Amino acid sequence: MVRVALTVVSDRITPEAVAKVAKLARLSLSDDELQQATHQLSDMLDHFADIDALDLDGVEPMTHPTPIANVMREDIEQDCLDRDEVLAGAPAAEDGRFRVPPIVGLDD
Amino acid sequence: MADLTGTPEVPSTAIDIAWNVRNNVESAATVVERHLAEIDRREGDIHAFNLVLADEARARAIEIDDAVAVGRDPGPLAGVPIALKDNMCTRGIPTTCSSRILDGWKPPYDATIVTKLHDAGAIVIGKTNLDEFAMGSSTENSAFGATRNPHDITRVPGGSSGGSAAAVAAGFAAVSLGSDTGGSIRQPAALCGVVGVKPTYGAVSRYGLVAFASSLDQIGPFATTVADASLLLESISGHDPMDSTSIRQPPLEISRQLDFGVVGLRVGRITDLPEGASPDVVARLDQAFDELRAAGAEIVDVEVPAFGYGLTAYYLIAPAEASSNLARYDGVRFGHRVDAPDTNAMYMATRTEGFGAEVKRRIMLGTYALSAGYYDAYYGRALKVRRRIAADFAAAYERADVLLTPASPTVAFHLGDKTADPMSMYLCDTYTIPSNLTGDPGMSVPFGTGDDGLPVGIQVLAPALQEATMFRTAAELERRAPR
Repeated sequence: MVRVALTVVSDRITPEAVAKVAKLARLSLSDDELQQATHQLSDMLDHFADIDALDLDGVEPMTHPTPIANVMREDIEQDCLDRDEVLAGAPAAEDGRFRVPPIVGLDD
Repeated sequence: MADLTGTPEVPSTAIDIAWNVRNNVESAATVVERHLAEIDRREGDIHAFNLVLADEARARAIEIDDAVAVGRDPGPLAGVPIALKDNMCTRGIPTTCSSRILDGWKPPYDATIVTKLHDAGAIVIGKTNLDEFAMGSSTENSAFGATRNPHDITRVPGGSSGGSAAAVAAGFAAVSLGSDTGGSIRQPAALCGVVGVKPTYGAVSRYGLVAFASSLDQIGPFATTVADASLLLESISGHDPMDSTSIRQPPLEISRQLDFGVVGLRVGRITDLPEGASPDVVARLDQAFDELRAAGAEIVDVEVPAFGYGLTAYYLIAPAEASSNLARYDGVRFGHRVDAPDTNAMYMATRTEGFGAEVKRRIMLGTYALSAGYYDAYYGRALKVRRRIAADFAAAYERADVLLTPASPTVAFHLGDKTADPMSMYLCDTYTIPSNLTGDPGMSVPFGTGDDGLPVGIQVLAPALQEATMFRTAAELERRAPR
Protein backbone atom coordinates (compact mmCIF):
# COMPACT_ATOMS: atom_id res chain seq x y z
CA MET A 1 0.00 0.00 0.00
CA VAL A 2 1.32 3.41 -0.97
CA ARG A 3 1.17 5.89 1.85
CA VAL A 4 0.47 9.42 0.67
CA ALA A 5 1.74 12.33 2.68
CA LEU A 6 -0.85 13.29 5.26
CA THR A 7 -2.49 16.58 4.40
CA VAL A 8 -2.48 18.94 7.34
CA VAL A 9 -5.28 21.26 8.33
CA SER A 10 -3.23 24.37 7.60
CA ASP A 11 -3.16 23.69 3.85
CA ARG A 12 -5.13 26.56 2.38
CA ILE A 13 -8.18 25.81 0.32
CA THR A 14 -8.30 26.93 -3.34
CA PRO A 15 -11.27 28.31 -5.31
CA GLU A 16 -11.12 25.14 -7.44
CA ALA A 17 -11.49 22.97 -4.35
CA VAL A 18 -14.41 25.08 -3.09
CA ALA A 19 -16.11 24.81 -6.48
CA LYS A 20 -15.71 21.04 -6.40
CA VAL A 21 -17.09 20.82 -2.87
CA ALA A 22 -20.07 23.02 -3.78
CA LYS A 23 -20.84 20.76 -6.70
CA LEU A 24 -20.64 17.66 -4.50
CA ALA A 25 -23.03 19.34 -2.06
CA ARG A 26 -25.40 20.29 -4.90
CA LEU A 27 -24.95 24.01 -4.34
CA SER A 28 -24.35 26.53 -7.08
CA LEU A 29 -22.15 29.54 -6.31
CA SER A 30 -21.76 32.79 -8.23
CA ASP A 31 -18.18 34.00 -8.86
CA ASP A 32 -18.48 36.46 -5.98
CA GLU A 33 -19.86 33.79 -3.67
CA LEU A 34 -17.04 31.45 -4.66
CA GLN A 35 -14.41 34.07 -3.84
CA GLN A 36 -16.07 34.87 -0.52
CA ALA A 37 -16.50 31.20 0.41
CA THR A 38 -12.85 30.50 -0.40
CA HIS A 39 -11.74 33.40 1.78
CA GLN A 40 -14.00 32.39 4.69
CA LEU A 41 -13.17 28.69 4.53
CA SER A 42 -9.46 29.56 4.41
CA ASP A 43 -9.83 31.67 7.55
CA MET A 44 -11.56 28.80 9.29
CA LEU A 45 -9.03 26.20 8.23
CA ASP A 46 -6.22 28.51 9.41
CA HIS A 47 -7.87 28.66 12.80
CA PHE A 48 -8.48 24.90 12.83
CA ALA A 49 -4.78 24.29 12.20
CA ASP A 50 -4.30 24.42 15.98
CA ILE A 51 -4.85 20.64 16.12
CA ASP A 52 -1.99 19.98 13.68
CA ALA A 53 0.44 20.26 16.59
CA LEU A 54 -1.24 17.50 18.61
CA ASP A 55 0.28 14.05 18.70
CA LEU A 56 -2.75 11.85 18.16
CA ASP A 57 -1.02 8.60 17.31
CA GLY A 58 -2.84 5.67 18.81
CA VAL A 59 -5.84 7.73 19.92
CA GLU A 60 -9.09 5.93 19.11
CA PRO A 61 -11.50 8.12 17.08
CA MET A 62 -14.65 9.03 19.02
CA THR A 63 -17.70 9.12 16.77
CA HIS A 64 -20.34 9.20 19.45
CA PRO A 65 -20.66 10.15 23.15
CA THR A 66 -22.10 6.84 24.29
CA PRO A 67 -20.79 3.41 23.31
CA ILE A 68 -24.01 2.03 21.86
CA ALA A 69 -24.28 -0.42 18.99
CA ASN A 70 -27.21 -0.98 16.65
CA VAL A 71 -30.53 -0.80 18.47
CA MET A 72 -33.23 -3.19 17.29
CA ARG A 73 -36.91 -3.25 18.11
CA GLU A 74 -39.10 -6.33 18.33
CA ASP A 75 -40.17 -7.44 14.87
CA ILE A 76 -43.85 -6.81 15.36
CA GLU A 77 -46.42 -5.18 13.12
CA GLN A 78 -47.23 -1.58 14.03
CA ASP A 79 -48.68 1.57 12.55
CA CYS A 80 -46.43 3.73 10.41
CA LEU A 81 -46.86 7.28 9.15
CA ASP A 82 -49.96 8.01 7.09
CA ARG A 83 -48.94 8.00 3.42
CA ASP A 84 -51.28 10.77 2.31
CA GLU A 85 -50.13 12.98 5.18
CA VAL A 86 -46.49 12.40 4.24
CA LEU A 87 -47.09 13.09 0.55
CA ALA A 88 -49.07 16.24 1.40
CA GLY A 89 -45.79 17.79 2.61
CA ALA A 90 -43.97 17.06 -0.65
CA PRO A 91 -43.65 19.59 -3.50
CA ALA A 92 -45.24 17.12 -5.94
CA ALA A 93 -46.91 13.73 -5.61
CA GLU A 94 -48.76 11.42 -7.94
CA ASP A 95 -50.39 8.00 -7.53
CA GLY A 96 -49.23 7.69 -3.94
CA ARG A 97 -45.61 8.48 -4.72
CA PHE A 98 -43.22 11.44 -4.72
CA ARG A 99 -43.13 12.95 -8.21
CA VAL A 100 -39.77 14.11 -9.60
CA PRO A 101 -38.49 15.40 -12.95
CA PRO A 102 -36.83 12.90 -15.34
CA ILE A 103 -33.75 11.19 -13.91
CA VAL A 104 -32.30 9.77 -17.14
CA GLY A 105 -32.79 10.04 -20.86
CA LEU A 106 -32.73 13.79 -21.39
CA ASP A 107 -29.71 13.55 -23.67
CA ASP A 108 -31.29 10.93 -25.96
CA MET B 1 -42.15 39.60 33.93
CA ALA B 2 -45.69 40.85 34.42
CA ASP B 3 -46.23 44.23 36.05
CA LEU B 4 -47.12 43.38 39.60
CA THR B 5 -47.50 46.87 41.03
CA GLY B 6 -50.43 47.09 43.41
CA THR B 7 -51.94 43.78 42.34
CA PRO B 8 -51.89 40.39 44.05
CA GLU B 9 -48.90 38.37 42.91
CA VAL B 10 -49.47 36.93 39.45
CA PRO B 11 -47.84 33.52 39.14
CA SER B 12 -45.17 33.44 36.45
CA THR B 13 -43.20 30.29 37.22
CA ALA B 14 -44.28 26.96 35.79
CA ILE B 15 -44.44 25.45 39.27
CA ASP B 16 -46.80 28.17 40.56
CA ILE B 17 -48.96 28.12 37.44
CA ALA B 18 -49.34 24.35 37.54
CA TRP B 19 -50.14 24.39 41.27
CA ASN B 20 -52.82 27.04 40.77
CA VAL B 21 -54.37 25.30 37.77
CA ARG B 22 -54.37 21.84 39.38
CA ASN B 23 -55.94 23.25 42.52
CA ASN B 24 -58.52 25.32 40.69
CA VAL B 25 -57.08 28.61 41.96
CA GLU B 26 -56.66 29.99 38.45
CA SER B 27 -57.91 28.65 35.12
CA ALA B 28 -55.56 27.61 32.33
CA ALA B 29 -57.60 29.90 30.07
CA THR B 30 -56.64 32.92 32.23
CA VAL B 31 -53.00 31.87 32.20
CA VAL B 32 -52.99 31.58 28.41
CA GLU B 33 -54.72 34.96 27.93
CA ARG B 34 -52.17 36.64 30.19
CA HIS B 35 -49.28 35.27 28.13
CA LEU B 36 -50.97 36.07 24.79
CA ALA B 37 -51.47 39.64 26.00
CA GLU B 38 -47.78 39.90 26.78
CA ILE B 39 -47.00 38.56 23.29
CA ASP B 40 -49.34 41.17 21.77
CA ARG B 41 -47.58 43.89 23.71
CA ARG B 42 -43.93 43.14 22.89
CA GLU B 43 -43.58 40.49 20.17
CA GLY B 44 -43.43 43.21 17.48
CA ASP B 45 -40.17 44.44 19.02
CA ILE B 46 -38.66 41.08 19.87
CA HIS B 47 -39.74 38.58 17.20
CA ALA B 48 -39.29 35.51 19.37
CA PHE B 49 -41.81 33.48 17.39
CA ASN B 50 -42.10 32.13 13.88
CA LEU B 51 -45.68 31.17 14.72
CA VAL B 52 -47.93 32.01 17.69
CA LEU B 53 -50.51 29.27 18.26
CA ALA B 54 -53.16 31.41 19.94
CA ASP B 55 -56.23 29.42 18.83
CA GLU B 56 -54.62 26.07 19.59
CA ALA B 57 -53.45 27.27 23.01
CA ARG B 58 -56.92 28.58 23.91
CA ALA B 59 -58.54 25.30 22.85
CA ARG B 60 -56.01 23.31 24.85
CA ALA B 61 -56.58 25.51 27.92
CA ILE B 62 -60.28 24.66 27.82
CA GLU B 63 -59.40 20.94 27.75
CA ILE B 64 -57.18 21.41 30.80
CA ASP B 65 -59.83 23.39 32.67
CA ASP B 66 -62.48 20.80 31.79
CA ALA B 67 -60.26 18.05 33.17
CA VAL B 68 -59.76 19.94 36.43
CA ALA B 69 -63.51 20.60 36.65
CA VAL B 70 -64.29 16.88 36.61
CA GLY B 71 -61.56 16.07 39.12
CA ARG B 72 -58.92 14.73 36.73
CA ASP B 73 -55.33 15.85 37.21
CA PRO B 74 -53.96 17.22 33.90
CA GLY B 75 -50.36 16.61 35.06
CA PRO B 76 -47.35 18.31 36.61
CA LEU B 77 -47.25 21.04 33.93
CA ALA B 78 -51.01 21.69 33.99
CA GLY B 79 -51.81 24.89 32.12
CA VAL B 80 -48.16 25.91 31.71
CA PRO B 81 -47.60 27.85 28.46
CA ILE B 82 -44.50 26.55 26.68
CA ALA B 83 -42.74 27.71 23.51
CA LEU B 84 -40.99 25.21 21.23
CA LYS B 85 -37.99 25.89 19.04
CA ASP B 86 -39.19 25.65 15.46
CA ASN B 87 -37.01 22.62 14.69
CA MET B 88 -39.27 20.32 16.72
CA CYS B 89 -41.97 18.53 14.76
CA THR B 90 -45.59 19.38 15.50
CA ARG B 91 -48.12 17.34 13.56
CA GLY B 92 -50.02 19.44 11.02
CA ILE B 93 -48.34 22.65 12.21
CA PRO B 94 -45.57 24.21 10.10
CA THR B 95 -42.05 23.39 11.31
CA THR B 96 -39.62 25.58 9.42
CA CYS B 97 -36.17 25.44 11.09
CA SER B 98 -36.25 29.14 10.05
CA SER B 99 -35.35 27.99 6.53
CA ARG B 100 -37.04 28.68 3.22
CA ILE B 101 -36.30 25.14 2.15
CA LEU B 102 -39.07 23.84 4.44
CA ASP B 103 -41.66 26.36 3.11
CA GLY B 104 -45.09 24.85 3.32
CA TRP B 105 -44.03 21.61 5.02
CA LYS B 106 -46.16 20.29 7.88
CA PRO B 107 -44.80 17.32 9.82
CA PRO B 108 -46.92 14.15 9.67
CA TYR B 109 -46.11 13.34 13.30
CA ASP B 110 -45.38 14.88 16.70
CA ALA B 111 -41.92 14.83 18.26
CA THR B 112 -41.77 12.66 21.40
CA ILE B 113 -41.25 15.75 23.55
CA VAL B 114 -44.50 17.21 22.15
CA THR B 115 -46.38 14.08 23.22
CA LYS B 116 -44.73 14.11 26.65
CA LEU B 117 -45.57 17.78 27.17
CA HIS B 118 -49.18 17.10 26.20
CA ASP B 119 -49.35 14.21 28.65
CA ALA B 120 -47.94 16.48 31.38
CA GLY B 121 -50.66 19.09 30.79
CA ALA B 122 -48.52 21.80 29.16
CA ILE B 123 -49.87 24.18 26.52
CA VAL B 124 -47.78 24.87 23.42
CA ILE B 125 -48.16 28.60 22.76
CA GLY B 126 -45.86 28.98 19.75
CA LYS B 127 -42.89 27.92 17.63
CA THR B 128 -39.79 30.03 18.18
CA ASN B 129 -37.26 31.55 15.84
CA LEU B 130 -33.75 30.09 15.47
CA ASP B 131 -30.64 30.39 13.38
CA GLU B 132 -31.44 28.41 10.23
CA PHE B 133 -31.21 24.70 11.06
CA ALA B 134 -29.75 25.73 14.44
CA MET B 135 -26.52 26.97 12.84
CA GLY B 136 -25.47 30.17 14.57
CA SER B 137 -24.98 31.92 17.87
CA SER B 138 -27.15 35.02 17.50
CA THR B 139 -30.49 34.06 15.83
CA GLU B 140 -29.59 36.46 13.04
CA ASN B 141 -29.26 33.63 10.46
CA SER B 142 -33.03 33.19 10.20
CA ALA B 143 -34.90 33.33 6.90
CA PHE B 144 -37.61 35.22 8.84
CA GLY B 145 -35.42 37.92 10.39
CA ALA B 146 -33.50 38.25 13.64
CA THR B 147 -34.82 37.85 17.17
CA ARG B 148 -33.94 40.64 19.61
CA ASN B 149 -32.86 40.48 23.22
CA PRO B 150 -35.70 41.49 25.61
CA HIS B 151 -33.15 43.21 27.88
CA ASP B 152 -32.03 45.50 25.03
CA ILE B 153 -33.62 45.18 21.61
CA THR B 154 -30.51 46.53 19.86
CA ARG B 155 -28.73 43.34 20.94
CA VAL B 156 -28.93 39.68 19.96
CA PRO B 157 -30.52 37.06 22.22
CA GLY B 158 -27.76 34.58 21.40
CA GLY B 159 -28.42 31.44 19.45
CA SER B 160 -29.29 29.26 17.93
CA SER B 161 -32.27 28.87 20.31
CA GLY B 162 -32.58 32.67 20.62
CA GLY B 163 -36.35 32.70 20.12
CA SER B 164 -36.91 30.21 22.94
CA ALA B 165 -34.61 32.14 25.29
CA ALA B 166 -36.21 35.49 24.42
CA ALA B 167 -39.75 34.08 24.79
CA VAL B 168 -39.05 33.09 28.40
CA ALA B 169 -37.10 36.27 29.22
CA ALA B 170 -39.96 38.40 27.88
CA GLY B 171 -42.65 36.46 29.74
CA PHE B 172 -44.28 35.20 26.52
CA ALA B 173 -44.12 31.64 27.87
CA ALA B 174 -43.37 30.33 31.36
CA VAL B 175 -40.84 27.87 29.95
CA SER B 176 -39.55 26.76 26.55
CA LEU B 177 -37.51 24.10 24.83
CA GLY B 178 -34.43 24.56 22.70
CA SER B 179 -31.84 22.30 21.15
CA ASP B 180 -28.13 22.47 21.92
CA THR B 181 -25.50 21.17 19.50
CA GLY B 182 -22.57 23.38 20.57
CA GLY B 183 -24.12 25.72 23.13
CA SER B 184 -27.38 26.69 21.44
CA ILE B 185 -29.34 26.54 24.72
CA ARG B 186 -26.74 27.67 27.25
CA GLN B 187 -25.33 30.69 25.38
CA PRO B 188 -28.73 32.31 24.63
CA ALA B 189 -29.84 31.53 28.20
CA ALA B 190 -26.80 33.47 29.45
CA LEU B 191 -27.43 36.40 27.11
CA CYS B 192 -31.14 36.59 27.98
CA GLY B 193 -30.73 36.11 31.75
CA VAL B 194 -32.64 32.83 32.03
CA VAL B 195 -31.78 29.26 33.01
CA GLY B 196 -30.85 26.97 30.11
CA VAL B 197 -29.91 23.29 30.25
CA LYS B 198 -28.22 20.86 27.87
CA PRO B 199 -28.96 17.45 29.39
CA THR B 200 -26.78 14.33 29.04
CA TYR B 201 -26.69 13.06 25.45
CA GLY B 202 -29.51 10.54 25.13
CA ALA B 203 -31.42 11.68 28.24
CA VAL B 204 -34.16 13.36 26.19
CA SER B 205 -35.61 11.75 23.06
CA ARG B 206 -34.77 13.45 19.78
CA TYR B 207 -37.48 11.70 17.80
CA GLY B 208 -39.00 14.59 15.84
CA LEU B 209 -36.11 17.00 16.38
CA VAL B 210 -34.86 18.00 12.94
CA ALA B 211 -31.28 16.72 12.88
CA PHE B 212 -28.30 19.08 12.65
CA ALA B 213 -25.34 17.05 13.99
CA SER B 214 -26.61 13.76 15.30
CA SER B 215 -23.74 12.87 17.65
CA LEU B 216 -24.07 16.26 19.37
CA ASP B 217 -27.74 17.41 19.29
CA GLN B 218 -29.73 17.39 22.50
CA ILE B 219 -33.07 18.95 23.53
CA GLY B 220 -33.29 20.88 26.80
CA PRO B 221 -35.29 23.42 28.80
CA PHE B 222 -35.27 27.19 29.30
CA ALA B 223 -36.91 28.59 32.44
CA THR B 224 -36.83 31.60 34.74
CA THR B 225 -35.87 29.44 37.73
CA VAL B 226 -33.69 26.39 38.32
CA ALA B 227 -36.68 24.61 39.88
CA ASP B 228 -38.81 25.15 36.75
CA ALA B 229 -36.02 23.87 34.50
CA SER B 230 -35.75 20.82 36.74
CA LEU B 231 -39.49 20.07 36.59
CA LEU B 232 -39.56 20.47 32.82
CA LEU B 233 -36.49 18.28 32.27
CA GLU B 234 -37.97 15.56 34.46
CA SER B 235 -41.14 15.70 32.36
CA ILE B 236 -39.41 15.29 29.00
CA SER B 237 -36.58 12.88 29.87
CA GLY B 238 -36.60 9.08 29.82
CA HIS B 239 -36.13 6.25 27.35
CA ASP B 240 -37.87 6.39 23.97
CA PRO B 241 -37.77 3.37 21.64
CA MET B 242 -38.25 5.78 18.70
CA ASP B 243 -34.78 7.27 19.25
CA SER B 244 -31.97 4.72 18.96
CA THR B 245 -29.58 7.02 20.88
CA SER B 246 -31.98 7.30 23.81
CA ILE B 247 -30.47 5.98 27.07
CA ARG B 248 -32.30 3.00 28.55
CA GLN B 249 -33.24 4.42 31.90
CA PRO B 250 -36.18 6.08 33.65
CA PRO B 251 -36.74 9.86 33.61
CA LEU B 252 -34.16 11.94 35.48
CA GLU B 253 -34.82 12.66 39.16
CA ILE B 254 -33.56 16.11 40.02
CA SER B 255 -36.07 18.18 41.98
CA ARG B 256 -35.80 16.25 45.25
CA GLN B 257 -32.15 17.32 45.63
CA LEU B 258 -32.48 20.98 44.65
CA ASP B 259 -32.32 22.27 48.22
CA PHE B 260 -29.57 19.95 49.42
CA GLY B 261 -26.93 22.70 49.19
CA VAL B 262 -23.28 22.27 48.28
CA VAL B 263 -21.58 21.45 51.59
CA GLY B 264 -18.61 19.19 50.82
CA LEU B 265 -19.21 19.36 47.08
CA ARG B 266 -15.98 19.56 45.07
CA VAL B 267 -16.31 22.43 42.58
CA GLY B 268 -13.59 22.49 39.94
CA ARG B 269 -11.90 25.60 38.62
CA ILE B 270 -10.26 24.91 35.25
CA THR B 271 -6.82 26.51 35.50
CA ASP B 272 -6.05 26.19 31.78
CA LEU B 273 -9.41 27.42 30.54
CA PRO B 274 -9.11 29.04 27.08
CA GLU B 275 -8.83 32.81 27.24
CA GLY B 276 -11.30 35.14 25.62
CA ALA B 277 -13.84 35.86 28.35
CA SER B 278 -14.27 39.57 28.98
CA PRO B 279 -13.32 41.01 32.41
CA ASP B 280 -16.93 41.59 33.53
CA VAL B 281 -17.73 37.90 32.92
CA VAL B 282 -14.51 36.70 34.59
CA ALA B 283 -15.34 38.83 37.66
CA ARG B 284 -18.74 37.14 38.01
CA LEU B 285 -17.16 33.70 37.62
CA ASP B 286 -14.70 34.51 40.43
CA GLN B 287 -17.60 35.69 42.55
CA ALA B 288 -19.50 32.45 41.84
CA PHE B 289 -16.58 30.40 43.16
CA ASP B 290 -16.46 32.64 46.27
CA GLU B 291 -20.17 32.18 46.89
CA LEU B 292 -20.00 28.41 46.56
CA ARG B 293 -17.01 28.31 48.89
CA ALA B 294 -18.99 30.40 51.39
CA ALA B 295 -21.84 27.90 51.02
CA GLY B 296 -19.55 25.06 52.07
CA ALA B 297 -18.21 23.76 48.77
CA GLU B 298 -14.56 22.86 48.30
CA ILE B 299 -12.99 24.68 45.33
CA VAL B 300 -10.39 22.50 43.60
CA ASP B 301 -8.07 23.36 40.71
CA VAL B 302 -8.25 21.00 37.74
CA GLU B 303 -6.70 20.95 34.29
CA VAL B 304 -8.47 20.17 31.03
CA PRO B 305 -5.58 20.61 28.56
CA ALA B 306 -7.56 19.73 25.42
CA PHE B 307 -10.47 22.10 26.27
CA GLY B 308 -9.23 24.72 23.84
CA TYR B 309 -9.14 22.30 20.92
CA GLY B 310 -12.89 21.73 21.26
CA LEU B 311 -13.74 24.58 18.91
CA THR B 312 -11.74 23.07 16.05
CA ALA B 313 -13.01 19.53 16.68
CA TYR B 314 -16.57 20.80 16.83
CA TYR B 315 -16.40 22.94 13.68
CA LEU B 316 -15.08 19.96 11.73
CA ILE B 317 -17.38 17.29 13.22
CA ALA B 318 -20.65 19.26 13.33
CA PRO B 319 -20.50 20.50 9.71
CA ALA B 320 -19.48 17.01 8.57
CA GLU B 321 -22.55 15.51 10.19
CA ALA B 322 -24.70 18.39 8.97
CA SER B 323 -23.56 17.98 5.37
CA SER B 324 -24.87 14.43 5.56
CA ASN B 325 -28.09 15.21 7.50
CA LEU B 326 -29.03 18.11 5.23
CA ALA B 327 -28.61 16.05 2.06
CA ARG B 328 -32.28 15.10 2.51
CA TYR B 329 -33.41 18.61 1.51
CA ASP B 330 -33.40 17.98 -2.20
CA GLY B 331 -36.83 19.20 -3.28
CA VAL B 332 -38.33 15.71 -3.33
CA ARG B 333 -39.93 15.05 0.05
CA PHE B 334 -40.13 18.28 2.04
CA GLY B 335 -41.57 21.69 1.29
CA HIS B 336 -39.79 23.77 -1.26
CA ARG B 337 -38.79 22.88 -4.84
CA VAL B 338 -37.36 24.92 -7.69
CA ASP B 339 -38.49 23.26 -10.92
CA ALA B 340 -35.85 22.19 -13.41
CA PRO B 341 -35.76 19.83 -16.41
CA ASP B 342 -33.98 16.97 -14.60
CA THR B 343 -33.48 15.83 -11.03
CA ASN B 344 -29.86 16.92 -10.68
CA ALA B 345 -30.63 20.46 -11.83
CA MET B 346 -33.70 20.45 -9.57
CA TYR B 347 -31.65 19.39 -6.52
CA MET B 348 -29.10 22.11 -7.16
CA ALA B 349 -31.59 24.89 -7.87
CA THR B 350 -33.69 23.95 -4.83
CA ARG B 351 -30.78 23.82 -2.41
CA THR B 352 -29.15 26.97 -3.79
CA GLU B 353 -32.36 28.95 -3.37
CA GLY B 354 -33.60 27.25 -0.21
CA PHE B 355 -30.56 27.42 2.08
CA GLY B 356 -29.12 30.59 3.63
CA ALA B 357 -25.45 31.61 3.55
CA GLU B 358 -24.38 30.10 6.89
CA VAL B 359 -26.01 26.74 6.16
CA LYS B 360 -24.28 26.62 2.78
CA ARG B 361 -20.98 27.53 4.41
CA ARG B 362 -21.26 24.69 6.90
CA ILE B 363 -22.41 22.17 4.32
CA MET B 364 -19.37 23.05 2.19
CA LEU B 365 -17.01 22.94 5.17
CA GLY B 366 -18.41 19.55 6.17
CA THR B 367 -18.31 18.17 2.66
CA TYR B 368 -14.70 19.29 2.40
CA ALA B 369 -13.77 17.73 5.76
CA LEU B 370 -15.25 14.42 4.61
CA SER B 371 -13.96 14.45 1.05
CA ALA B 372 -11.44 11.99 -0.35
CA GLY B 373 -7.89 13.05 0.48
CA TYR B 374 -8.91 15.27 3.39
CA TYR B 375 -10.93 12.89 5.57
CA ASP B 376 -7.97 11.74 7.67
CA ALA B 377 -6.56 15.24 8.10
CA TYR B 378 -9.83 16.87 9.12
CA TYR B 379 -12.70 14.65 10.22
CA GLY B 380 -10.47 11.78 11.32
CA ARG B 381 -8.19 13.97 13.42
CA ALA B 382 -11.17 15.86 14.88
CA LEU B 383 -12.61 12.56 16.15
CA LYS B 384 -9.31 11.80 17.88
CA VAL B 385 -9.25 15.25 19.46
CA ARG B 386 -12.78 14.55 20.65
CA ARG B 387 -11.54 11.41 22.43
CA ARG B 388 -8.72 13.42 24.00
CA ILE B 389 -11.16 16.03 25.31
CA ALA B 390 -13.43 13.34 26.77
CA ALA B 391 -10.44 11.74 28.52
CA ASP B 392 -9.36 15.09 29.96
CA PHE B 393 -12.83 15.75 31.36
CA ALA B 394 -13.04 12.24 32.80
CA ALA B 395 -9.76 12.90 34.62
CA ALA B 396 -11.02 16.26 35.91
CA TYR B 397 -14.17 14.60 37.23
CA GLU B 398 -12.00 12.25 39.30
CA ARG B 399 -11.13 15.31 41.38
CA ALA B 400 -14.25 17.48 41.06
CA ASP B 401 -17.99 16.79 41.16
CA VAL B 402 -18.87 19.78 38.98
CA LEU B 403 -16.92 22.39 37.00
CA LEU B 404 -17.70 26.09 36.61
CA THR B 405 -16.95 28.20 33.52
CA PRO B 406 -18.52 31.20 31.81
CA ALA B 407 -21.44 30.17 29.59
CA SER B 408 -20.62 32.90 27.07
CA PRO B 409 -17.37 34.88 26.73
CA THR B 410 -19.32 38.17 26.80
CA VAL B 411 -22.72 39.63 27.57
CA ALA B 412 -25.16 40.12 24.67
CA PHE B 413 -23.56 41.83 21.66
CA HIS B 414 -25.20 44.16 19.15
CA LEU B 415 -27.00 42.92 16.06
CA GLY B 416 -24.63 42.85 13.10
CA ASP B 417 -21.47 42.85 15.26
CA LYS B 418 -20.32 39.39 14.19
CA THR B 419 -22.23 38.62 11.01
CA ALA B 420 -19.43 39.64 8.63
CA ASP B 421 -16.86 37.33 10.25
CA PRO B 422 -18.10 33.76 10.77
CA MET B 423 -15.04 32.85 12.85
CA SER B 424 -15.81 35.58 15.41
CA MET B 425 -19.33 34.16 15.76
CA TYR B 426 -17.99 30.61 16.23
CA LEU B 427 -15.83 31.78 19.15
CA CYS B 428 -19.05 32.46 21.13
CA ASP B 429 -19.25 28.69 21.66
CA THR B 430 -15.76 28.21 23.14
CA TYR B 431 -16.96 27.31 26.64
CA THR B 432 -20.09 25.35 25.73
CA ILE B 433 -18.78 23.10 22.94
CA PRO B 434 -16.84 20.52 25.00
CA SER B 435 -19.91 19.07 26.74
CA ASN B 436 -21.53 18.37 23.36
CA LEU B 437 -18.40 16.54 22.26
CA THR B 438 -18.29 14.48 25.47
CA GLY B 439 -22.06 14.03 25.86
CA ASP B 440 -21.97 15.36 29.43
CA PRO B 441 -24.62 17.76 30.74
CA GLY B 442 -24.15 21.50 31.20
CA MET B 443 -26.36 24.41 32.18
CA SER B 444 -26.26 28.19 32.37
CA VAL B 445 -27.66 29.95 35.41
CA PRO B 446 -28.05 33.74 35.63
CA PHE B 447 -25.54 35.28 38.02
CA GLY B 448 -25.70 39.05 38.19
CA THR B 449 -24.91 41.49 35.42
CA GLY B 450 -21.86 42.57 33.46
CA ASP B 451 -21.11 45.46 31.12
CA ASP B 452 -24.06 47.77 30.41
CA GLY B 453 -26.13 46.03 33.09
CA LEU B 454 -26.68 42.98 30.89
CA PRO B 455 -27.11 39.44 32.27
CA VAL B 456 -24.16 37.10 32.87
CA GLY B 457 -24.59 33.32 32.89
CA ILE B 458 -22.40 30.90 34.83
CA GLN B 459 -22.05 27.47 33.28
CA VAL B 460 -22.16 24.43 35.57
CA LEU B 461 -20.76 21.23 34.01
CA ALA B 462 -21.13 17.70 35.39
CA PRO B 463 -20.39 14.13 34.31
CA ALA B 464 -22.95 12.16 32.29
CA LEU B 465 -26.26 11.60 34.11
CA GLN B 466 -25.20 13.68 37.12
CA GLU B 467 -27.91 16.27 36.44
CA ALA B 468 -29.06 16.20 40.07
CA THR B 469 -25.66 17.40 41.29
CA MET B 470 -25.42 19.97 38.50
CA PHE B 471 -28.86 21.39 39.34
CA ARG B 472 -28.07 21.41 43.07
CA THR B 473 -25.03 23.60 42.33
CA ALA B 474 -27.04 25.85 40.03
CA ALA B 475 -29.74 26.22 42.69
CA GLU B 476 -27.13 27.41 45.19
CA LEU B 477 -25.82 29.95 42.67
CA GLU B 478 -29.37 31.09 42.03
CA ARG B 479 -29.95 31.66 45.76
CA ARG B 480 -26.70 33.61 46.04
CA ALA B 481 -26.88 35.51 42.75
CA PRO B 482 -26.09 39.23 43.01
CA ARG B 483 -29.30 41.27 42.67
